[in-house]
Amino acid sequence: MQHTLSVTVEDKPGVLARVSAMFSNRGFNIHSLAVGPTNVEGRSRITLVVDAPELEQLKKQLHKLVNVIRVQELEPSDTLETEVMIVRVSCDPASRGEVTDTAALFAARMIDLSPRSMTLEVSGTPEHLASFLEHVRPYGIIELVKSGRVAMKRLSDASASPIGGRA
Amino acid sequence: MTQQPFTGSNSLFRSLEHEGVEQIFGIPGGAILPAYDPLLDSPIRHILARHEQGAGHMAEGYAMATGRVGVAMATSGPGATNLITPLQNAKMDSTPLVAITGQVGTAAIGSDAFQEAYTTGLAMHCTKHSYLVTDADELPAVIHEAFHLASTGRPGPVLVDIPKNVLNQPTQWSEPTLAGLPGYKPTKEGHPKQIRAAIELIESAERPVLYVGGGVINAGASAELAEFAVAVNAPVVTTLMARGAFPDNHPLALGMPGMHGTYPATTAIQNADLLVSLGARFDDRVTGRVDAFAPHAKVIHVDVDPAEIGKVRNAEVPIVGDARLVLRALIDRVLSLRDASDAPRRQKWFDQLDSWKTTHPLSYDQEPDGPIKTQHFIERLHTITNGEAVIVAGVGQHQMWASQFWGFSRPRSWINSGGLGTMGFAVPAAIGAKTARPDDLVYALDGDGCFQMTFQELITASTEGIPIKVAVFNNGGYGMVKQWQNLFYDGRLSATDLGTTKPDYPALAEAMGCVGLRVTHADQIDVTIEKSLSVNDRPVVVEVVTDRDEMCFPMVPAGGSNDDVVMGPEDL
Repeated sequence: MQHTLSVTVEDKPGVLARVSAMFSNRGFNIHSLAVGPTNVEGRSRITLVVDAPELEQLKKQLHKLVNVIRVQELEPSDTLETEVMIVRVSCDPASRGEVTDTAALFAARMIDLSPRSMTLEVSGTPEHLASFLEHVRPYGIIELVKSGRVAMKRLSDASASPIGGRA
Repeated sequence: MTQQPFTGSNSLFRSLEHEGVEQIFGIPGGAILPAYDPLLDSPIRHILARHEQGAGHMAEGYAMATGRVGVAMATSGPGATNLITPLQNAKMDSTPLVAITGQVGTAAIGSDAFQEAYTTGLAMHCTKHSYLVTDADELPAVIHEAFHLASTGRPGPVLVDIPKNVLNQPTQWSEPTLAGLPGYKPTKEGHPKQIRAAIELIESAERPVLYVGGGVINAGASAELAEFAVAVNAPVVTTLMARGAFPDNHPLALGMPGMHGTYPATTAIQNADLLVSLGARFDDRVTGRVDAFAPHAKVIHVDVDPAEIGKVRNAEVPIVGDARLVLRALIDRVLSLRDASDAPRRQKWFDQLDSWKTTHPLSYDQEPDGPIKTQHFIERLHTITNGEAVIVAGVGQHQMWASQFWGFSRPRSWINSGGLGTMGFAVPAAIGAKTARPDDLVYALDGDGCFQMTFQELITASTEGIPIKVAVFNNGGYGMVKQWQNLFYDGRLSATDLGTTKPDYPALAEAMGCVGLRVTHADQIDVTIEKSLSVNDRPVVVEVVTDRDEMCFPMVPAGGSNDDVVMGPEDL
């Protein structure tokens, strides 16, 4: 079962190594990981998607790390989740129009173009990215990279949100 | 002579003095060299070990004998890697330790420089926390934080790695604060609601057991434990790390539970309807097969480390907090009820426990003319010293017998390697303990296999004037491993024979500046012990030639259920 954890840490050398080492040391598996600074000076946020049957022990072990300040488990129902993907699609001038149309439907942006390929950047929920991939897969995927999920707790009522499940 | 600038090294010692450090255990070398110069002008005593592992265990012995933070110092590379075993040992047994290591200069880090090792990386898994100091101005805060982390919450080892150029860097010292630890706030007081829930369960339990671990010793909670046990009228088992936390001669004491525990202690837990775990962590040596452990018991789990609660066994009432403060709160709650009701008598439960004590006592058979049994020597030593000693053990059969047969009466009188099971722990740990408590008798009980791992530290002891006693139980092999080969490998003895004649222990002891004694017959034990006690200007080594085939019982075979305690070879 996948869980999303948002971990606020001190922005100090070795913190990411400590977090990932704890996972391997305790036999937990990281599915995706994204890290970056926050709005607070000296604080970073690590967003982890982990495969684990239960999170209690994992959260406690994270808390034991001296540089970890806060551990928050994000429930899918009230989480804003997004991920960036860059995908290079095989595409000659003849099929450019179709690929461009598909990209437009998913708000994907073309960031590179060559005679045989088009490179697109798309962001959104994991479902959004997966759906986009299904639509461009028939053209042939040459290369693909994902940023890892970043997430934040939603404060509004999900059903009333103007952007619904988009982000 | 021009005035020398105040450097990182000066700052380090200023900080160590500020933390109240009295002695450090270490070995110099290239990268740590600058730190050894201000040592000459410092009131701190340095004990020059002969191997960094020895220095680390000495610091642990010091810490376990006092509750204060032990300090070890070593150079980069091999000096630091030799400290890894003591660091992990201290982590497993929650011993407060600060290790200071030299590192190659910051410009050389990552270049595979001479004596370079990625020390903070190596230490990541075997410390509570570690630091690489890249600016000498940070030293006062880092050292202060290191001591704070090592000694508060769940105690443990902290490593501070200092590159050589940082030790040489001109700097200033200023009064440190703990502002740099925003994420570290150990919970000390138990939650009042949980305290009330715990007492409710305890009062209504018919067969409660207080399952006491090393956390009670770390918290200095022995007096509170004794008061609590009487107030709730419940029997007490003390784990290997908790021996001495509760007096063995107390009517409520059942001794040690687990793999080589007493039958009443292990069996009481199996039959309990309530387990009150105080600073214990449901270690596999205590539980045996977890799904068969204490099958009828609800659990109240008190621990300062929240991650221990629910790790192995679910707790009906979890209480995060310091054992002493939680016990105080539990006592206050119980005493507030005593006006209305007396402590439950639980006569049936105590009758049952008494009958187990009678039917399944610890036993061994010392024949007058037969080979010496280690258990017998330990009992004689206890009688002759009136139990007034700090006992330090290695790992193996002798350790289990020491834990079983030494009647402990106070905390910090038992020092051993529990969680990690580090052979070779006894000699250096005894040295550390003796430097901390010079007026107390410190007697190491060691196996021949263990002794051969770290005996060179006796040169440290004789050189530094640290008169410890060491009994080496020479059964000519790795007794515990041999026992398993005999029991579970059809007697096929593989690589467990050390021979009984090499080394010549008394001669080896004399060569290291100690007094060497040997006892081969039971009727010479008392006179030999007396002789060992009469020497106080040098360390004494007593070779005790023991029965080569004696096995340690009771025993629960690894992975077995604690319902199946084996009392002797005839039970297998």
